[in-house]
Formats: sequence, structure tokens, C-alpha cells
Amino acid sequence: MAPHGTSADELCSVPALLARNVQLYGDKPAYREKEFGIWQCWTWAEANEEIRAIALGLLALGIERGEYVAIIGRNRPAHYWSMVAAQMCGAIPVPLYQDAVAEEMAYVLDHCGARFVVCGDQEQVDKVIEVQDRIHHIEHVLYNDKRGMRKYDHTQLNWLADIEAEGRAARVRLEPELEARIAELTWDSTCVMLYTSGTTGKPKGVVLSNRNIIETAKASVAFDHLGQDEEVLAYLPMAWVGDFIFSIGQAMVAGFCVNCPESPETMMTDLREIGPTYFFAPPRIFETMLTNVMIRMEDAGDLKHAMFKHFMEFAKTTGETYGMPRYRNKQSKPTLRRRVRWAYRYAMGIGFAVETIIENAVRGFFVRLRHPIEARKYFKARGPLLNLYPQPLRDYFNYRTGDVLIYGPLKNTLGLSRIRVAYTAGEAIGPEIFDFYRSLGINLKQLYGQTEASVFITQQPDGQVRSDTVGVPSPGVEVRIAENGEVFYRSPGTFVEYYKNAESTASTKDPEGWVATGDAGFFEEGTGHLRIIDRAKDVGKMADGRLFAPKYVENKLKFYPDILEAVVFGAGRDRCTAFINIDLTAVGNWAERNNIAYASYQELAGHPRVLDTIQAHVEEVNRSVAADPMLSGCQIHRFLILHKELDADDGELTRTRKVRRNIIAEKFDDLVTALYDGSDSVYTETEVTYEDGRKGKIRATLEIRDAEVVTPKPEGQVAA
Amino acid sequence: MRDTVEPYVTEDGRTIGGVVMELKNITLRFGGVVAIKDISFDIREGEIRAIIGPNGAGKSSMLNVISGFYTPTEGEVWFEGKPRPKMRPYQVAQQGIARTFQNIALFAGMSTLDNIMTGRITRMKSGLFSQALWMGKAEREETEHRAAVEKIIDFLEIQHIRKTPVGRLPYGLQKRVELGRALAAEPRLLLLDEPMAGMNVEEKEDMSRFILDVNDEFGTTIVLIEHDMGVVMDLSDRVVVMDYGKKIGDGPPAEVRNNKEVIDAYLGVSHD
Repeated sequence: MAPHGTSADELCSVPALLARNVQLYGDKPAYREKEFGIWQCWTWAEANEEIRAIALGLLALGIERGEYVAIIGRNRPAHYWSMVAAQMCGAIPVPLYQDAVAEEMAYVLDHCGARFVVCGDQEQVDKVIEVQDRIHHIEHVLYNDKRGMRKYDHTQLNWLADIEAEGRAARVRLEPELEARIAELTWDSTCVMLYTSGTTGKPKGVVLSNRNIIETAKASVAFDHLGQDEEVLAYLPMAWVGDFIFSIGQAMVAGFCVNCPESPETMMTDLREIGPTYFFAPPRIFETMLTNVMIRMEDAGDLKHAMFKHFMEFAKTTGETYGMPRYRNKQSKPTLRRRVRWAYRYAMGIGFAVETIIENAVRGFFVRLRHPIEARKYFKARGPLLNLYPQPLRDYFNYRTGDVLIYGPLKNTLGLSRIRVAYTAGEAIGPEIFDFYRSLGINLKQLYGQTEASVFITQQPDGQVRSDTVGVPSPGVEVRIAENGEVFYRSPGTFVEYYKNAESTASTKDPEGWVATGDAGFFEEGTGHLRIIDRAKDVGKMADGRLFAPKYVENKLKFYPDILEAVVFGAGRDRCTAFINIDLTAVGNWAERNNIAYASYQELAGHPRVLDTIQAHVEEVNRSVAADPMLSGCQIHRFLILHKELDADDGELTRTRKVRRNIIAEKFDDLVTALYDGSDSVYTETEVTYEDGRKGKIRATLEIRDAEVVTPKPEGQVAA
Repeated sequence: MRDTVEPYVTEDGRTIGGVVMELKNITLRFGGVVAIKDISFDIREGEIRAIIGPNGAGKSSMLNVISGFYTPTEGEVWFEGKPRPKMRPYQVAQQGIARTFQNIALFAGMSTLDNIMTGRITRMKSGLFSQALWMGKAEREETEHRAAVEKIIDFLEIQHIRKTPVGRLPYGLQKRVELGRALAAEPRLLLLDEPMAGMNVEEKEDMSRFILDVNDEFGTTIVLIEHDMGVVMDLSDRVVVMDYGKKIGDGPPAEVRNNKEVIDAYLGVSHD
């Protein structure tokens, strides 16, 4: 764990990896983006040309070593190139969340002191111009999309393509300088600075070195045997560490192709067109996909609906065994074998379905003729068909049949047909959701990580996947559980420091390199898998000393498709209560089906029948929580459905959509009080921020419901 | 300055050229009803020209005269320096005038892409025979037109509804598709009949941005009818105000806003 040194293959920086990829895979696709309805493709050699042109252009503008370059925009190749180009010049890229409002952006831009800002389009340029009169160090603003930009004052503003052209023109003059700067990059130079989403307080700039990024990427590429032939879809915010690791770190190390969607709205279509083999999504995406499938199945014809139900039920027990793609054990590319296998599977599926039906019908007919009484008994016991094969073989063939009829087409619709490895992280995923994808034969796994660790802390190896653990420590990572249950780790990916914040650095990372995650968890006996309970800080005590784990209960609630968010209160109190946000898509669909008219979220949220449904969910959760004696105090006694959706623009969620518990408790103080004072309803006024930054007020009278709680038997405690 | 025909540059850096269309003493009668009474004004290259007025003022009739759907009873329409003879609407379209409608007139069962493609119809040259057989020329042409349509889809940010049947889209998006179809004809003169009717504030803002961007990027001359005064004042370079078929004001928005007759017409002073 020496802080100095180099990588084994002397490739100590992203530009060095890029040069290697040009050598090895020059004519293979490196980046794709859908534009004008067609997938535009750049090979590694072409991408290298573009990146160098941007780097030369930045040099021509006078970029210095060690300065910070802010990048704001959606996932587009040019933005990734700008990041690598900045690294080539010895500068440090700082990707920002593109949906942040100007105020939030101002803090980060001011904090990192960026002189160069690369913007995606007019919208981002406008935000930068808005804050520019306060932040004077911004000197050059570059933009990628030219549209609507003609009328702007171009003294400080440049089109990225113009900068590239300028760079190309100055190639002879600046090439030696660029080469020198690339050669200066070492294992310890900063690769990227990423701002945390700021669940608590102001965002912090996490400095990650080349060693952090490249070593983590290498280890994780080896862990899942990612090859040059993977396809990924880059659609998660560029400012998030995951996207940096997947779309730059791993893509550069493994040499696979990064595909950028046409626009955020077309993501699902693009996903289907690309058919990624390696996929990463937060649980929310999987939830949304599943909700959409369920809604559309409700609308499907009876035959399809029956088939879907039958085969999904069947896959629950057999998918894990018969559905998974073959796990790779080396970074191979068995294309031909894969094709033959698919052809074989499909042939077997159809062939067997036909054969079983015919053979069973014919034999069954004769059996019934010859032994009518015994046959009746037999068929009554085992179903209408004769079972001529042993159970595992029958399951295998049935699964193949299901694959042809249901699983295959469904995966194709979702764009997940070719998935070899998929990860979900960031939040706990509902076991039903997780099992749904697993049973379809999608190798969905969980990982646990954070920005400070360059993502990977623990992950699940192929074949050892469960919905309630987050896996074993990733290669090279040491994990330790402190006395109070908090998880600590030490790894090659451990961040260098928080930028301009030595105090926070010292309190997070001890001199030996151990970092506190802030999460409480424990290792499972026997399997060695880590289980996370909750944020260590959030795990509290109730008034009578019982354990209070809000996230645990919230997650259980959120597993219902009707519930989008839940916030549970109860620390230091005698009982738990909750705010609920309904999922407008799911509940709206239900309302339409049941002829319930509604005009807005607020109206639907206040509907008595919606309240009834949610109450049923809450009571079900209470029963499940009560089953765990340690957590039985967390049962929800009273709840209300919030009149507005929790929103990052109002500061109630982080940009990565995590609940900011304290801010919500403060903001809706009147509602929390009402939950505890026993009143039946409460009137409230709330300030909201619209998408364009204007503010408004919404008023509502909310009904508060009591939920039934289960009294745990052994202790005989009375839940207030 | 605005009375001369010399090109000039506006404050925000657009070039306004010479006169594209001139309407001279237009009168339009339907039997005994006089819809338009002796109106003259001109439209200059690259400008956004608004026509406003209370209900029934004859704005839409005026637009129909410009588009060639109505032939004026008296008066002449000069287009590109020549008096325009009586024409069928498709002939007008071939001259480079495209329009959108007050009530959306799209093909509801067709996708966004196909709807916008129909806007290219005047530019398709290959014959029925080669199209039916899908031979060289027709195929090449289709590719070109598709490329042009994709540019428009990208411009209007409607990639996500490319393949969606138009009938299923919300109102605001349908309006945008209609604008796309008009743009597909690459018009010199674009007529917009109440492009923002029935929209909420956010949709109006989007639409305004698209109209300005169209004018800015393609240099298209735009004639627009609109009720929302705020929108008109912000967007247009010059405004014609109509009331009861007569022209009561003409000039830049700031000037028209202070015109006594215009104020009377909008506030409803009794006419003698």
C-alpha cells in the first residue's frame, strides 16, 4: 500500500491507456452516440484524434498544469473527450451535475476555482453566465451544442469545435508541449475531482488520483472478466463517480465501447437498440422498468396475461439454475460458441414444447383408453399431461420454452437481452424486484460503494447473489466492522483528500488509510457477505431505548410499486410515524382502471381509497417488521400521504435522490407535530420551487391515518 | 429607418433584408360581409411579423390571403418583386410558403417522423414509377429527405416521440410537430396561426424559444398571429394591428403599444 510507485504495465494515466487502446484496438468502436436518428461511431483512433485536438485547443487558450476544468452536460462523447483532454494538458476535470440550479453550481465552481468551463448547451451556458458576475475566475466558457448561441457575446465564449480546429491548426507548434505534459502524468497525479451529492451539508470535492481510478478499474474489470467486446450505455450523471469509473476508468482499461443516448427521454429506446452486455443502474431504474412491465401486462390480452403469470411463477424457482448466461472465467470472446448456444436453446425450446404436447397427448389418449380409472387418479394428482421426463430435465426444457415465449421477448423489450453482468447500487433493492430480473436470466448483482472508495467496496461474485447482502469485499479492499457496527474500509481506490477541506479529510480517513463509510452493517456468518442495515448516523434509539432504523422500514415500504418515497420518524420518540409519497405512474394507472378521476398529484394523494391501499401496505410492513424482534419497535403507528412529491429542487432529496431526513423534518415540522398529537387531519402550506427556479405555494389539508401494529409476543411489550 | 427598404441589423444582431412580400390595398369580401378592408403592409426578409387584433378582426383571413388559400377581391399580393397570379394552395407551397394551423391539422395515425416527412413532399422529385420500384433515385432521395427531417427533429427536441403516432401526443407536442412539418418544406416564409393557443406558460416559453431559434438559425421570415400580447411584444420585430377588417396600427411593438387606436380596440371603446 505504498503511496508512491507505478502500475505494473507502466500505464499510469488515462491518456496513457488511451494510447495503448489506439495501438491495440485502433479500428474498434470506442464511442457511439445517437444523433439525427443514427448511431454515429468513433473508433479508438478517431476518438484519439478528437481528444488530442481538444487538448491542443485548450493549450492554445493557455491552460495551465494543475488547474481545474469544470464540465457540465449530459452524457455525450465530446464531454468525455474534454475530460481526457484536460488530463492530457495536466489539468483536472471536475464534472458537475447538469440538473443543478445556478445557485448550487455557483458553490462548486467557486470552490474548485475553475478557469475553464465546458458546457453542453445553451441551458448550461446560461447558468454559468448567471453566476459569472460573482465568480470572477471563470475565463473561458466552451460549449458543445451550437444551437441558440449565435447572439451571445463571444469574447469569453467558444464553440468546442472551433477550439478543436484551432488546436489542429496549431498542431506543429503545440504538439511537443502536449507530449511533454502527457509524459509528466504520474501514478499520483490527480485523475479527477468529483463532488459528493451532499446528503449532509455542502458538497465536498473528492480528489481521486490516477492510482485510485486505474487500479480500481483494473481490479473490477478482472473481477467480472470484462472484455473489449462489452457494450455499455452511459446515461447516469457524469458528475457521479460510478459513471466516471464505468465510462472512463473501465472503458479505458478494458477497451470497450461507450454508447451515449440521443437524449435523456430516449434512454429506454436507445437501451433497446444497443443491448448492453454490462449495465449499471440504481434500483429506481429497475423499479420503474418493472412497474411499466406490470402496467402493460395489465393491458395485455388474456392469453398473454395467463402465459406471463404462468411462466413468471415458474421462473421464480428455476431461473437461477437454468436462466443465467454462462459465467465467464476469463476475458474471452466466445462469439461463435455463444451463437451456437443461442440457436440450440431456441431450437430446444420450440422443439420440446411441440414434442411434449404431441407425445403427451398421444400417450395420454391411449393410457386413458386402457386404464381409465387409474389414469383419472394419476392425472388428477399430476396435472393434465403425462410426465415422461425426470424433473430437472423437464424444468430445463420448460424454462427454454418460457424463454422463447416470455423471457426472451420481455428482455428484448427492456433492452436487457445481451446482459452478461448488471449491477445495482446506491440504495437497497426490493427482493421482489431483484428476483424478477434474476428469474428472467439477467445476471443482476449488487455492489456497495461510495465516491471516496472510487466506487467498489464490496460486490457479489457470479453465482453467489442474494437480494439482502451486498457481497464480499472487492479485490484489494479490506473491510472492518467497528464496535458500534459502522463499516470501515481500506483500498487502493481510497481517495486522496477532500479538496480544501483538511478537517473533513482527517475526520473521515485515519492515518492508516481506514475510511468510515457512515453505514452500519455486519458480516454474515458462513458466507462472508456484508449486510448493510442503515446509515450509522440514522440508526438511533427510541424513547424507551429500542433500536430505530428508519431506512430499513422505508425500504420495505418503497418495495411496493405504489410507494415512491417514504420518510420514517421516531428517533427519541415513543413510536414511529411516516410520510409517504405515492408513485404517480402506478397509482394513476390504478385510478384510471377504477374510474377514479383526479386532476393532480395532490388530489390523487388525498383520495380515501388511495389512503386505504397505502394503509394496507403499511400494516403489511408492520407485520414483517414485527417478525424481527430487534426492530419491532419500528412499526409505523400513524402515517400521512404528502401533498407534494419530494424533489431535489426543493432540497428534500439529494441530486442522487436520497432522502434528506433532517431537512424534511424541519420543513414539514407542522406535519410531524400533527402525527404525534393525535389529530385526524392537518392544514399546511408549503413553498415549492418550479423547474425554472420560480417559487410558489401549495396548500392542502391532509388526512392522518392510524395503522394497526403487531404486539411482539415474547417480550409482551405494549406498543404504545 | 424602418421605412426604407435598405437592409439593417437589429439590436440582437439579425439582419433584416428587403421586402419579400407586399400586400397592396387588399380587400376581401364574402358576399356582403367585408372581412378585410383595404389593407396594405409589407413583410421583410428575416423578420418576425406579427398580426394581432381582437376576435373577428380578420387575422386568419389575412393569413389565408397570404398563403393563397383566398384570392383577394381587390388588391394585389406582390411576392418577391412580382404580382402573384391566382394560385392553387399547393402552388403557393411550391413557392416557399409554409404554414401551421390554428386547429392542429396533422395525420393522427402517422408517426411524428412520417408527419414531418410529408412536409418534404414539394421537394420530392422522383416519379411514381421509381418510387414504386424503390430504385436508385427514389432511395437516394429518401435518404436525403430523412436526413433533413432528422435535423428538424433534433432542432425541435422531439427525438423521443420520433416513432409515436401523433394522435397519442399531448397538445403542446402536437403543435411542435406541426411546426416541424412546416419547417420541413424549408420555407422562405413561415405562417404561424396562433402557435401558442391553449398552452400553459412553460409550453409557451418553449414555443417562443423555438420560433426565435427558427428565425435565428434558418433566417426564415415568420408571420405570426397570436393573442398573447406579451408573447407578441417579445417576439416580433413589427406588428400589424387589425380591428373589424381594418388596419389600425403598424410598426415596432413599442410604438404600437402606445397607439391610441390600438389601446381603444383592445379596451373596447365604442365605435361610431
